[in-house]
Amino acid sequence: MFAVQMKGITKRFGPLVANDHVDFELEQGEVHALLGENGAGKTTLMRILYGLYHVDEGEILINGEAVHMTSPKDAIARGIGMVSQHFTLVQPFTVAENVVLGYNPGMTLNPMAIQKLVKDASEHFGLDVKPEALVRHLSVGECQRVEVLKALYRNASVLIMDEPTAVLVPQEVDVLFETLERLRKEGLSVIFISHKLNEVMTISDRITVLRDGKKIGTVNQQDTSEGELARMMVGRETFGVFRDEEAPCSSIPVLNIENLSAVDKKGMVALKDVCLQVCEGEVLGIAGVSGNGQSELGRVLTGMLKSTQGKIILGDQEISGYDPVQLVEAGIGRIPEDRQSGLVGELSVAENFALENLGDYVKNGMLDKKQIREKADQLIQEFQIKAQPTDHCRSLSGGNMQKVILARVLSRQPRLVVASQPTRGLDVGATEYVRKRLLEERARGAAVLLISEDLEEVIALSDRIAVMYEGRIVGTFSARDTTREQLGLMMAGAQ
Amino acid sequence: MFKLERVPAPVWFRTLIPVLAIVTTFVVTSILVLAADANPLQAYYYFLIGPLSNRVSALETLVKGTPLLLTGIAVTIAFAAGYWNIGAEGQLYAGAIAAAWVGPLLGDFPPVLAIIIMLSGGFLAGMLWALIPALLKVKLAVDEVVTTLLMNSVMIFIVSYLLNGPWRDPVSGWPQSPQISTNAMLPKLVQGSRLHFGFIVALVMIGVVWFILSRTPLGLRMRATGMRQEAARFMGVNTSRIMLNAALISGGIAGLAGVSEIGGIHFHLIDAISPGYGYSGIIIATLGGLHPIGVGLAALFIGLIDTGAQSVSRALGVPVYLGNVVQGTLLLVTLGMFLLQNYRIIRVK
Repeated sequence: MFAVQMKGITKRFGPLVANDHVDFELEQGEVHALLGENGAGKTTLMRILYGLYHVDEGEILINGEAVHMTSPKDAIARGIGMVSQHFTLVQPFTVAENVVLGYNPGMTLNPMAIQKLVKDASEHFGLDVKPEALVRHLSVGECQRVEVLKALYRNASVLIMDEPTAVLVPQEVDVLFETLERLRKEGLSVIFISHKLNEVMTISDRITVLRDGKKIGTVNQQDTSEGELARMMVGRETFGVFRDEEAPCSSIPVLNIENLSAVDKKGMVALKDVCLQVCEGEVLGIAGVSGNGQSELGRVLTGMLKSTQGKIILGDQEISGYDPVQLVEAGIGRIPEDRQSGLVGELSVAENFALENLGDYVKNGMLDKKQIREKADQLIQEFQIKAQPTDHCRSLSGGNMQKVILARVLSRQPRLVVASQPTRGLDVGATEYVRKRLLEERARGAAVLLISEDLEEVIALSDRIAVMYEGRIVGTFSARDTTREQLGLMMAGAQ
Repeated sequence: MFKLERVPAPVWFRTLIPVLAIVTTFVVTSILVLAADANPLQAYYYFLIGPLSNRVSALETLVKGTPLLLTGIAVTIAFAAGYWNIGAEGQLYAGAIAAAWVGPLLGDFPPVLAIIIMLSGGFLAGMLWALIPALLKVKLAVDEVVTTLLMNSVMIFIVSYLLNGPWRDPVSGWPQSPQISTNAMLPKLVQGSRLHFGFIVALVMIGVVWFILSRTPLGLRMRATGMRQEAARFMGVNTSRIMLNAALISGGIAGLAGVSEIGGIHFHLIDAISPGYGYSGIIIATLGGLHPIGVGLAALFIGLIDTGAQSVSRALGVPVYLGNVVQGTLLLVTLGMFLLQNYRIIRVK
């Protein structure tokens, strides 16, 4: 008997078929990975199991019994817990309050009693948390442990984890995997959603691969390899874009950053004395775990955040404190961290192309609609964007949105490209395209500053890699002389 | 149990939204008509058809519609830029004060010039009144919804002070300002009707706002700011300045509504020149989907309802407030319908 059996699950969102007759079986006490690219339908399938979405067709059996769930409440009652990518914790509450929230017997809340309950639970499950700590003081890894504990406290026998490693440093990943392994031995069944092959191979007993909403197959971990999984996932071998090792890197600096400091939205120091140099024809990668100042570095260099100290020099021109218009004029191509804030979704593709350099598209004080349209046609063709000039950007896929930004930025042949998380959330095809374009900029002689939380990406594209930790650059390496492990350790703050 | 699911509605449904909203509104408000012991079908005949059945009252609908067109389009340009101007009512009175102040002094000017001076004065006064909350917004990030709304109350007291103090009619003692010069009165458009030049001003303003929003760089920047401020800022739009511009144009146009009422209807300032035209402007801008053409139609429709409410009241004895209820219900129903543009209701067994 299966812990969970999903038969012929079909889920449509308008014309999009997110799950197309998917079968999925979870055995008691196994870690079962659900592997697939972004948009393959993994999360949709699990949201159905957790009662967040409702099936259009198909059937769900839990412990052999057909069930009909209308909300997560039903799912929890049947022993299913889910830890989603974005934590659902109340920041100002304590760990204990978060764990018992909605699951507190009786009308009164006794802080000491619930802390005791949560302490016992944490010891019982071997999840090290401090019940009295406030959630807003916790690290990402600790928050995740609280989420797991919350699910187990509600007597979950099936735990769904949606890309749990995306936010963790390598060392925290190890701890998570140890925990899952132990819980599995105690009888917990785990569904592990991921698109990272190595993790899937490490942790899973079985792996189900989804592609374009369809199930491609289920394989045993012992009988498969990363190569086979990659083929199943994308229908071909994985990413083929790497920098050309041989290309010589000039030593003419384009960007010089001297002792740059900045504070974040909450007024906390986010950048401390950052010094960087990017040369012509070079990709400098910034590696780091989310929240160590990379985001602020990107925002300062794109004119969205004022620095508190230090100098930014482009060529021989000081550009500290420039606003976005001045930065673009100075020759910086800016790719924002969040695509959605680089485009106005409700405006058309053509208008989004024009807006950044609107002065070029004005005739007699009016918008030159013809020229805007022609430029859009040209860029759409040149960058292979699947859209019409009049389409709202909001209706485009993530990959096409990113291409709109790339087209806007690169068509001006910038001297420096600042690319923050340029491939985050994109599928393989779009990721390859973006990486290829960035390397073409490098070949053209532009300086490229690549800020990415995807370590593989930084390694694949960069000539030099700088690691950020707590707002500082803790080391700069030539990509040839470093290893993944070394970078991982530095990213986690090891000396 | 029912749930909402995010699915864009088909195009045919979008075009049906205004019709569905109106039908639903009348079905819902029929309950009130029944409670007032009247026949809903008859009531809605007087409401919608009655005012249009003869020339005089049809023109009167346009008279009612004139200030609504102006406040509606004023609110539209502010909302389009993401500046939530709730203060059109106060800005309308600012324009009215300016008109009542300069109007009596224009006897020596030829009519064309007098009217231009009065319109400009009203526009400037509306802008000036809108400037205070706009500066608070862009300099100090004070929420404009609160400040523009509160400024309306301040304006009511200023008007009250003027009418009961310096401007009180010395002969009759009535709280009304001196009459404006005949040269400054807005000409009538149709003999034997109250329809005046203000209606033309309103139509021109609809055209101007349409032109700004869809044909100029300023308009594109305004729309970008209104739709996604962060992204607009990223693309080099000075969103503070854009919002300030939108607020000032909005205030100016609302000021014109005040001039139009003084110069075309009342000829002097009284404290009841607006039964809430500024607030109706918010409803109209929303009903019209912030598109100038839609806003124009919505303003005329609300004007029809206002006129219709009086004819229902006369014919069937239903309280005239039914008009306000219909307006309010229509707004709520339309907002609900807008939601259905992007969602559908599904049944969960």
